[in-house]
Amino acid sequence: MSAFGAGARSFRRAAVTLLIAAALYEATARSGYFAAALLPTLPAVAHALWAMLMDGTMLRHASYTLYRVMFGLGLAVAVGLPLGILMGRIPAVEHFFLPLVSVLMPIPSLAWVPVFILWFGLGNVTTILIVFYAATFPMLLNAWSGVRSVNPLWMRAAGAMGANGQSLFWKVIIPGASPFIITGFRQAFLRSWIAVVGAEMIAASAWGLGWVIFDAKEFLNADIMLASLAVIGCIGFGFERLVFGSLERATVLRWGMVRTAKG
Amino acid sequence: MLHIDVDNVSLLYDTPAGRVSGVHEASFGMEESEFLCIVGPSGCGKSTLLNIIAGFLAPTSGEIRIGGKVVTGHGMDRGIVFQDFAQLFPWRTALENVAFGLEMKGVAKAAREEIALKQLQLVKLEKFARSYPHHLSGGMQQRVAIARALAYDPALLLMDEPFAALDAMTRDEMQRLLAEVWRETRKTVIYVTHNVAEAVYLADRVVVMTPHPGTVKTEVPIRLSRPRDPLSVEFLEHQKQLMRHLSEQAAKV
Ligand SMILES: Nc1ncnc2c1ncn2[C@@H]1O[C@H](COP(=O)(O)OP(=O)(O)O)[C@@H](O)[C@H]1O
Ligand SMILES: [Mg+2]
Repeated sequence: MSAFGAGARSFRRAAVTLLIAAALYEATARSGYFAAALLPTLPAVAHALWAMLMDGTMLRHASYTLYRVMFGLGLAVAVGLPLGILMGRIPAVEHFFLPLVSVLMPIPSLAWVPVFILWFGLGNVTTILIVFYAATFPMLLNAWSGVRSVNPLWMRAAGAMGANGQSLFWKVIIPGASPFIITGFRQAFLRSWIAVVGAEMIAASAWGLGWVIFDAKEFLNADIMLASLAVIGCIGFGFERLVFGSLERATVLRWGMVRTAKG
Repeated sequence: MLHIDVDNVSLLYDTPAGRVSGVHEASFGMEESEFLCIVGPSGCGKSTLLNIIAGFLAPTSGEIRIGGKVVTGHGMDRGIVFQDFAQLFPWRTALENVAFGLEMKGVAKAAREEIALKQLQLVKLEKFARSYPHHLSGGMQQRVAIARALAYDPALLLMDEPFAALDAMTRDEMQRLLAEVWRETRKTVIYVTHNVAEAVYLADRVVVMTPHPGTVKTEVPIRLSRPRDPLSVEFLEHQKQLMRHLSEQAAKV
């Protein structure tokens, strides 16, 4: 009951913030200081969004983008999660990969776009690989920290109760590291989502939310650009809240392993 | 043959600052179904000794025999309860925590849950079988930990100050409960504490350790009938006797 009340309250607070921001924007757009083509009013943006939703193009752009994110994120999880876990468990693996990770991680994923275009051309392969690059490190680093932060008392207690090898891994280390692993999923998704839009601007052809924005620039279609930005924000926010929020509620929050985030 | 034989056990910790004595030439024996308390000042090596008996640490010299067999690592013939409440698995309900050892033994789900529920009844927590540890108080969590350590029926139960982090009233309650559990199960128990009254309340025999580098100083049998009355003259006599042993050493340091 109280959780629901808190949820409603935080929702109201968020709505107030967003409404104020929208009102300020609208006032600026209508002030006449800027050309309407550059700073379209909210109804104009809404109109552009509606039109793109109705003719199905927005859905298609969003599907392309989501497909690239899911593919790249899936690869990143498939590589980053096991590798991070192995690094946390086996010193030799850690020693081998840590320098590589340390060197690659600070390179912004978008800096690779021209290189990848050179190697793989425009299109899905490049954008998916950029997503993969952006998402792997947060996944890997969180899995690595998670495994290392498993309470040694759990390992001792489990060991005393006869757990070893496989059972220790699946029944203690993985759930013990789950708060970090879920944070890893979350951060990996956010990085993917940011990276895909950037990558699509340069490396996509014809479809994708990032591509729409870049393409609209050619025709000074600020309303389409802003409509696409709104969609990008909404999908990202929705995923964050719905997918990762419910994953957390079903696991680490239920187990009391992390505290409820405020807001 | 003694059931448990701790034979001249020493352990040195390797630290960056050099070798530190954890426990020094400790020896004692135990009969089956005996409740033994180890008391000694903080830092004397009680936990070290218990961890050696549990098989988590290998002694630098000396050996431990359980039923004649030398201990070389941890095993399911021993159950262990730590002081820290965080020992329970937060992702498992009380029942699932208690069933863990049986699960590792390969006992089928229905059977192990039945046994686990019995163990929870023993510590009077059957109503909380489906609760996660973070919804239980510290005392309840320690009771779950005791049930968990007993569930797979180890020959020897090791406890390292399990109630030291509880408030005084809860601690008294826990001690009564543990005495009851022991009366019903008749496990062989090694119970580490720095609380003299707790030792007199629970133990058949108390092993007193010297301050760091700790060794066994003396053994004091507690021949009081159970359940014990902490306010009786005999109880207080035993308590005083233990206190004297402990303060004599403190004076020597
Ligand atoms: N992991 C460790 N590394 C180095 N020294 C340790 C370690 N654990 C304990 N010690 C030292 O060994 C001695 C005994 O510690 P411990 O067994 O924890 O004592 P107690 O449980 O009686 O308080 C102490 O002096 C402590 O500083
Ligand atoms: Mg200790």
